[in-house]
Amino acid sequence: MEGTLVTIKLASISLLLGFCLGLPMAFGQVYGNKVIRGIISVYERIARSIPLLVILFLIFYGLPAVGIRIPAFTSSILALGLRGAAYQSQIYRGAIQSVSGSQMRAALSLGMNRLTAFIYVILPQAVRAAIPPIGNEAAIVLKDTSTVYAIGVSELLRQGHYFISTGSDPMTIYLAVAFIYLVMTIFIKGLLALFERKYRIPGIGIEGES
Amino acid sequence: MSKHLLRVENIYKSFGDNDVLRGISFHLDKGETKVIVGPSGTGKSTILSLINMLVPPDKGHIYLEDIDITRTRDVHKIRQNIGFVFQDFGLFNHLTAKGNVMIGLTKVKKMGKKEAEEIAMEELRRVGLENFADQYPAQLSGGQKQRVGIARALAMRPKLILFDEPTSALDPELTGEVLNVMRKLATEGMTMLIVTHEMGFARTVADELIFMEDGVILEQGLPEKLFTNPEHPRTREFLFKLTDLYNEGER
Amino acid sequence: MFLGSLLEGLQKTFAIFLANYPALLRGLTVTIYLTIITSIGGIILGTLLALGKIYGNKFISGIVTVFIGLIQGTPLLVQLFVIYYGLPAYGIRLTPITAALISFTINSGAYQAEYLRGSIQSVSSGQLKAALSLGMTRWQGIFYVILPQALRRVIPSWTNEFIYLLKYTSLAYIITAQELMGEARIIASRNYEFFKTYLLVAFIYLLLVLLFTRFFRRIERRFTIPGFEFKR
Repeated sequence: MEGTLVTIKLASISLLLGFCLGLPMAFGQVYGNKVIRGIISVYERIARSIPLLVILFLIFYGLPAVGIRIPAFTSSILALGLRGAAYQSQIYRGAIQSVSGSQMRAALSLGMNRLTAFIYVILPQAVRAAIPPIGNEAAIVLKDTSTVYAIGVSELLRQGHYFISTGSDPMTIYLAVAFIYLVMTIFIKGLLALFERKYRIPGIGIEGES
Repeated sequence: MSKHLLRVENIYKSFGDNDVLRGISFHLDKGETKVIVGPSGTGKSTILSLINMLVPPDKGHIYLEDIDITRTRDVHKIRQNIGFVFQDFGLFNHLTAKGNVMIGLTKVKKMGKKEAEEIAMEELRRVGLENFADQYPAQLSGGQKQRVGIARALAMRPKLILFDEPTSALDPELTGEVLNVMRKLATEGMTMLIVTHEMGFARTVADELIFMEDGVILEQGLPEKLFTNPEHPRTREFLFKLTDLYNEGER
Repeated sequence: MFLGSLLEGLQKTFAIFLANYPALLRGLTVTIYLTIITSIGGIILGTLLALGKIYGNKFISGIVTVFIGLIQGTPLLVQLFVIYYGLPAYGIRLTPITAALISFTINSGAYQAEYLRGSIQSVSSGQLKAALSLGMTRWQGIFYVILPQALRRVIPSWTNEFIYLLKYTSLAYIITAQELMGEARIIASRNYEFFKTYLLVAFIYLLLVLLFTRFFRRIERRFTIPGFEFKR
């Protein structure tokens, strides 16, 4: 059970980190100048192309070699968050761009300035468009927290491993672990469906998983 | 053997509470062209789907050359003998015009590729599209698509062809090319059963007209008779109204 | 100063590559082998699952739905552990590579089934009707008319899945498969250059992803026919 808590902590903190980095990155991509856009898209490319395990090893095993020592748990958050930021940024950018255009022009024609227009017109619509892919991303991050087993963090999978070393049948334990993950991902899906229903507006279709 | 190619006997069909067909009977002889007309939603298209065994009847029988096709197990064998031309063309979007005409020959009739290609080209020529053989459906106009649909049906050498409102999805200026192909087939002696709203076409091409309303056949007979001297008041009302309407658009 | 040390670092990283390229190449081969085999296996399994889910009877369709839900709802690493560490208790002992091949194929199959299902359902029902009207059986219609169109439409999803697999095969390292990560781990534990070695591996993955992405775009263009343009 303790492992489950660690897994949830890992997933939620790294999602939050991904959000804090991803959202400004999305703004930069949509409204920034050429240099900013270029830097962000290169970052996205790299973070999306390298396996999570490699990012994790670079931070946990690699950085100490250049004098930066980070505990396993923090390394995990960093790896998941830094990678997640790239994916989340793409989601927000897509959501913003799916609105924009004529909506922004219409808002400006009412005399709003760009910021007001963004907050009151673009954002409310973009958030709705972003809900399904974010739910999807949350489920992916939750499942990928299992990867940090490799650097010895006592999350759900590692906890299961401990039980086995005390003599339990591996199959039973791993199936039980799988079941706990399943419950959590189903919970995320249920939450997602709830949000979708709650924030549905006629005429704004929330499309299925991207 | 009966002299009729197709006999439809006392067919009933309902979808849920909706009684679409309530006792339909008619027959079709070899080389004959019959046109079914009537208001929308009276089950005209359902009859065609039943003859092609795409839906089973609730009651009644359909005979193709004395074989009761409502009782047969090998539906797909029966369908090889019955061509079908769809309102929305039903062309296979991943195949060229030629590929569309060939696929039934190669996959169903197990014909060699070369032979199938020859037949396909022959049929495309028949509908005037030999120069469009390598175009994909997305590159063809509606009228051209429907002509490919007709060529595809013809290539199977069917005993009869069913046309389900073949021009309804077309822009008015494109219906002429499709109707002309159908007119030519009629004179060549193809057996055809056509559902259409093109009254001018029905009047000049049909050997016999079938007027349907609310799931029953109200009247059938020579087109001239139905158009000029119908027995049933509803036939008169419907045909006169539509003829007026359509004559304005007729060339 | 900074630039100098950066250059020096790059030089050292390159030196690691030169000193160890046979091992890295060996690992790379295993990684690519795993990716190609499991993505093809995934297509085959995914196609069967999608067909079962759409055209199967209630029983088959139900089983497939539950199976896909189970696979998509649990981490790939846990599935890998079930097969590699769980099965020996039942007398089935697999090598790390075989275990990876099996679990990645199953995992990818479940995802690819869902892509293909969406794609099959986007092919209009009129197409099957038209196939039947030519005298095809239902399965002939599915194979000659529905699938060729659905598979064309699913190519972009499939290439994305390939890239995902390429990255996720690194998890096989955890059950001691000697793929790219496994070889890197050995190299790093010998030269103690953890950062530079993993940086090198990261660079190799980056290159692989870029190369394969470009390669697939080219294939997609080749397979494009009018009416089936890929929208991205």
